[in-house]
Amino acid sequence: MREVLQVRGLAKTFGGIHAVNGVSFEVREGEILGLIGPNGSGKSTLFNCILGQLAPSAGEVRIDGRAITGMRPCELNRLGVGRTFQLLQVFPQLTVRENLILAGQEHQASMWSRLVGRRDAGLGEAAERMIGFFRLEKLAAEKAGALSYGQQKLLDVAMAFMAGPRLVLLDEPAGGVNPTMLAGLRERLRELNAERRATFVVIEHNMEFVMSLCTRVLVLAEGRIIAAGTPEEVRRNPQVIEAYLGG
Amino acid sequence: MKKIVAVGFPLLLVIAPFGLKPYGIYLLSLWAVMTVAAIGLNLTLGYAGQISLAQGAFVGIGAYCAALLTTQGWPLWSAFLLAAALSLLIGWLLGYPALRVQHHYLAFVTLSFATLVFLVLRNEEWLTKGVYGISAIPRPTLLGWSTKGPLDFYFFCLGVLALVSGATWWVVRSPWGRAFTALRENALRADSLGVDTRRYTLMAFAIGSALGGIAGALYAPLVQFIEPNAFALNLSLNLLLMVMVGGSGYFLGPFLGAAVSVLLPEWLRFTEGLYLILYGAAVMVLMAFCPSGLLGLAERAGRVFK
Repeated sequence: MREVLQVRGLAKTFGGIHAVNGVSFEVREGEILGLIGPNGSGKSTLFNCILGQLAPSAGEVRIDGRAITGMRPCELNRLGVGRTFQLLQVFPQLTVRENLILAGQEHQASMWSRLVGRRDAGLGEAAERMIGFFRLEKLAAEKAGALSYGQQKLLDVAMAFMAGPRLVLLDEPAGGVNPTMLAGLRERLRELNAERRATFVVIEHNMEFVMSLCTRVLVLAEGRIIAAGTPEEVRRNPQVIEAYLGG
Repeated sequence: MKKIVAVGFPLLLVIAPFGLKPYGIYLLSLWAVMTVAAIGLNLTLGYAGQISLAQGAFVGIGAYCAALLTTQGWPLWSAFLLAAALSLLIGWLLGYPALRVQHHYLAFVTLSFATLVFLVLRNEEWLTKGVYGISAIPRPTLLGWSTKGPLDFYFFCLGVLALVSGATWWVVRSPWGRAFTALRENALRADSLGVDTRRYTLMAFAIGSALGGIAGALYAPLVQFIEPNAFALNLSLNLLLMVMVGGSGYFLGPFLGAAVSVLLPEWLRFTEGLYLILYGAAVMVLMAFCPSGLLGLAERAGRVFK
């Protein structure tokens, strides 16, 4: 299957600290790749280097074979790469609907035609569909800041999909979400993967969530990949048990 | 409530000057001019979250454009065009530091720019006549309608304010307004959603500054004599106060803030020597207990009584 994301020898140092140390991997189309590891193992730094929020010290990142190292996050987003952050990142003063429209509007027409065009940038129906898909109907007109943490988390994930991305990097989507909502989130992600052939890379500490969602898992420790394989293989790997999962 | 404000407020502005003496009409005109400048700053600061202490400098640039052109016989509309275009361009350039620094660092960058403009206005006598200022700035005649009288010029100012308000309403209600809000609330996330935060930052500075320039082009024929001190840092701070007191990020904030800044000190004059102390104390209390300004206070009150 075609490789959507290729990471080659990626490194990031902060002073003398090697946060990411020569990481290489690829993500195939339609895959849900889990990225796990203890706190401080370099997972979020790796995401930030891939997505242009941090400049890598060395290495290369390619999307569909095209080198994207050094590209700005907004340019990457327009190439079809979406993301969520470890900490909640919605716009509290905008309503749920407006958050979703914002998440897709920059893909609609040119900047100037957005000024003179429709207020919803032609995304009203798409936003309603996304609201329905993530079961946020009753909250559509509420300001995002008034939602519960779990609801904001759902909105955060929904926003990452508004522009119809082919690759989405999710940084701890399950963090702080209650079990019922988490089951719903997992279902939504599975549906998006199956119906839209969306490819995911998921950083997560919730092992049950990762193991039940992902098709392949990479384990990071001290900035390096120490194991890779199916969830079952990774769960049984002695090195992973010692470095992360514990006895 | 919104409909009452939308109809009642313009109506009030139309009937307000009748029965007032020329000084009262002058104050209302000054309010309209300052509101235009504050609307510009509200776009830059209130909607896009980019602090600027240079709005007074753009009013100065606009005022000198108008004074220099109209005293040489050019029509005022040409001064409006030049003031807006020049301020737009300089505002765009001033936006570049905002791509690197934020908050109080950005405030200092813009403050330095305001000082620079003041020094140019004061020292470049060959162009600006320095501290002697420029006098006898004419008021325009539009399609046979002379705006020389205070009442006529007030309605001219009101017309410009209506046009600026309409255009700004359009911008803040468009996807651009949403992108400006996103830039203010979380630039990192906005960037990751495809919002070109660099371009929107520059645009916020450019549009806000252009409105400052337009206000200046209106200010010069209002006062008919300008000199550099009118556009020193005080004006920028006063405009910042207008935006903060009215309610930063609220569309009607600049209207209310300019009213407080221009009209309230005049209403407090009956207290004689105390009026500036009372005015300063009222602003301090408001900012300490309601940093979202008067409209933020009204919104909070509305939620309580809902």
